[in-house]
Amino acid sequence: MGKIEVGRRHFLRTGLTAAGGFAIGVAVPGWAAAAMIDAEPWDRPLAAGGTEIGVWIVIMPDDSIIIRVAKSEMGQGVTTALPMIVAEELGCDWTRVKAEYASANHNFRADGPFGSMATGGSQSIRTSREPLQQAGASARVRLIMAAAERWQVPDAECQAKDSKVSHAPSGRSLNFGDLAAAAAVIHLEREPEIKTPDQFTLIGQPLARLDSLVKVTGQAEFGIDIRMPDLVYAAVAACPVPGGSVQSYDADKVTGRRGVIAVVPVPNGVAVVADRFWRAQQALAALPIEWDYGVGAGTSSEQFRRDYRAALDGEAVLARDDRDVDKELASGKVTEALYETPHLAHAAMEPLNCTARYTKHRLDIWMGTQNAFGTLQQAAKLAGLKSEQVYLHNCFLGGGFGRRSVNDEMVQAVTVAKAIGKPVKLIWTREEDMRQDRFRPQAAIRMKAAFGPDKLPSVLNIRTAVGSIDRSLGRDQVTRGVEQQAVEGFVQPPYRIPNLRVECILKNTHIPVMFWRSVGSSQNAFAMESFIDELAHEAGTDPLQFRRALLQGKPDFLHVLDVLEAKSEWGKARPPGSGRGMAIHEASGTIVAQAIDVVVSPAGKVAVERVVAVVDCGHVVNPRVVEMQIESAVIYGLTAALYDEITINDGRVEQGNFDDYPMIRFADTPKIETHLALSGGIKWGGIGEPGTPPVAPALANAIFAATGKRLRTLPVKNGHLSGHA
Amino acid sequence: MISLSVNGDNHELDIEPETPLLWVLRDELGLTGTKYGCGIALCGACTVHIDGRAVRSCVLPVSGVKGAVLTIEGLSKDGSHPVQKAWIAEDVPQCGYCQTGQIMAAVSFLKAHPKPSDAEIDAELTGICRCGTYPRLRAAIHRAAALMQA
Repeated sequence: MGKIEVGRRHFLRTGLTAAGGFAIGVAVPGWAAAAMIDAEPWDRPLAAGGTEIGVWIVIMPDDSIIIRVAKSEMGQGVTTALPMIVAEELGCDWTRVKAEYASANHNFRADGPFGSMATGGSQSIRTSREPLQQAGASARVRLIMAAAERWQVPDAECQAKDSKVSHAPSGRSLNFGDLAAAAAVIHLEREPEIKTPDQFTLIGQPLARLDSLVKVTGQAEFGIDIRMPDLVYAAVAACPVPGGSVQSYDADKVTGRRGVIAVVPVPNGVAVVADRFWRAQQALAALPIEWDYGVGAGTSSEQFRRDYRAALDGEAVLARDDRDVDKELASGKVTEALYETPHLAHAAMEPLNCTARYTKHRLDIWMGTQNAFGTLQQAAKLAGLKSEQVYLHNCFLGGGFGRRSVNDEMVQAVTVAKAIGKPVKLIWTREEDMRQDRFRPQAAIRMKAAFGPDKLPSVLNIRTAVGSIDRSLGRDQVTRGVEQQAVEGFVQPPYRIPNLRVECILKNTHIPVMFWRSVGSSQNAFAMESFIDELAHEAGTDPLQFRRALLQGKPDFLHVLDVLEAKSEWGKARPPGSGRGMAIHEASGTIVAQAIDVVVSPAGKVAVERVVAVVDCGHVVNPRVVEMQIESAVIYGLTAALYDEITINDGRVEQGNFDDYPMIRFADTPKIETHLALSGGIKWGGIGEPGTPPVAPALANAIFAATGKRLRTLPVKNGHLSGHA
Repeated sequence: MISLSVNGDNHELDIEPETPLLWVLRDELGLTGTKYGCGIALCGACTVHIDGRAVRSCVLPVSGVKGAVLTIEGLSKDGSHPVQKAWIAEDVPQCGYCQTGQIMAAVSFLKAHPKPSDAEIDAELTGICRCGTYPRLRAAIHRAAALMQA
């Protein structure tokens, strides 16, 4: 399949022009329709009268279709996009489709028909598309066979469309609901062929999301919203210095307070249980706790920064080493730069929480998790039950961004529920959520390069000192001192640089680190794309044309650059005090380039005016969702690049809320344009994360263009830009 | 006892007067559409109306509530309020957690600014959305304004 022309596929945009702009494809009648996902999205017993055709599809007697989703909905649109893939093949009426979470418990009992169910790495479409297409195709063929059997006509004369099988020669038709029972027992000798992209009619359409209605009425059940008889509430405090523990606490000081039920130790902390959350929270604040701060006590971000810089001069492990980097660096003038990035919190809008109900024979958990199946098994172990006795009811996630992949809140809630014998809803305060996060790793990255006779870099040496996520999570994959997250974007750069060495220094502190939207790419793209910009300026070449020269032989990257150049009006002069910068990066199989326009005031205030994003994710399931995700990833990246850092003082996280860890709001939101430059072919890239990495370098490069000042340390707010020329 | 009118229903509640309205709505009355986000009136996820005016309920002691409270559950039963319709038409929600607060803030804002400018939106609507739905929020506010004029 060739390139989809930008003119045809390109769609704007944010702002005020959307009216009618998306009114193609199947119109879903929005607010007037029935809910397209229930307010309680979790798995439930098979609906009365429903017939399963395979594990993903349930056909109801009224011809409505339930399509199961084995990924978590955290805003990225899986409860719309994944059912679209099934419906594409099934031939059902899209307006009668309802999404529902697949059951993690059933996944255990039935030996994993839903796969890992883990939601991260922008993998949902990439890993689910073929199996879901296959499931839809298989069901369609079986429905057709059931109809053909009933009519005694050849299968080939029948067709499935709009939830009906019809036989054109005789003009007969039957609804899916009438055929489901017969279809369900048909066994196919061979799975049918699935459609190729040129045959898609539903995939590729900008359909409305299925989860909007329940989210605008307040009915959508997030974990924090669960209610049930006899429910009690827990507020929790873990040791303010990560890795520390509770030495003692004086429960007597709070047990007489109104509503207080119990004080329960949990791993590394203590929980206060009361009949209302507010009472639990107030009692916890009044509870005297003595902590053993552990090895992290006394540490600070300043010290960490010195340590990471110093580590760059120590031993490193080779992640890649092409040709002769030393010789090449010795033969030319070396350009060198050091980039530093801070710890970052995820700060999802819904603070972490978990509701657990424990009996000797069964554990029920309600929460929003990115890892329903893994968390179910972890909970079983913790509770001393078998996995088939645990029912994890995944809810809507009030944001995830990686944080909800590892569920510390579940461990606490199950511990408390088991201790007190009542269903308990445990909620982290915003402060607890920020301070007990598992953060984006801190990093120091040193880049060295020299130019060849063609005025392009002939050698690049990258050295990164960064926290190991695998080690922090207690995983054992780190065998050689290199992990994929630490060097992503470095070891397979798109640029043609003949001598390339990537060196990795994994260095952890007591601060736990984990996946943060786009993971290693979030800091590595900042270093790489800032440095490429620096080299372009040193060579006296326009940064976009410089990249073009380094990307020869990479038609997909070059096409993205072409579109960016045109849509951003790259070459157009900018007034004094303003600047335009760009970056391009591939993550999760998707190339995203961005051009960012800034204005920097004489006082040093940075205003971001416009972000033009060009995306090649190969194919698109729902362009509307893609556009939403790019907007989201841009805002997420901008918030971090402009304002945010988690700093440590005396071993503890200093920030606690949105006052000292600020967020972009309306007034700081730039215009964001998303353009698709799809290369098609076999590529199906992810979309939740790859919009984030280019933001920080494009912003820093724009600030350089505006001020001549190169910011190599994030966030920008620490950059002292006042008084620029 | 604390007297409270919420969505047209009157309640007599035996609770501490300093309890924030947010937790009274959520835990006493079961109205969980109003969300806890920050607890210090910075994010707006807890926004409700008192006598038609948007307030952040997470720091407002229930004893300080002088007037009738309206929550998202009382705005409409079926998502048919023009602001909700506009939100759906523009596909605003992503994770959706903050959106009930954004909607309540917008309904109140649109009463004062039936034809809002972007500058007025920037100045007066300060709720946080971590999914970064601001471009669609802005479009939805303008769309809602047009729907309400019609």
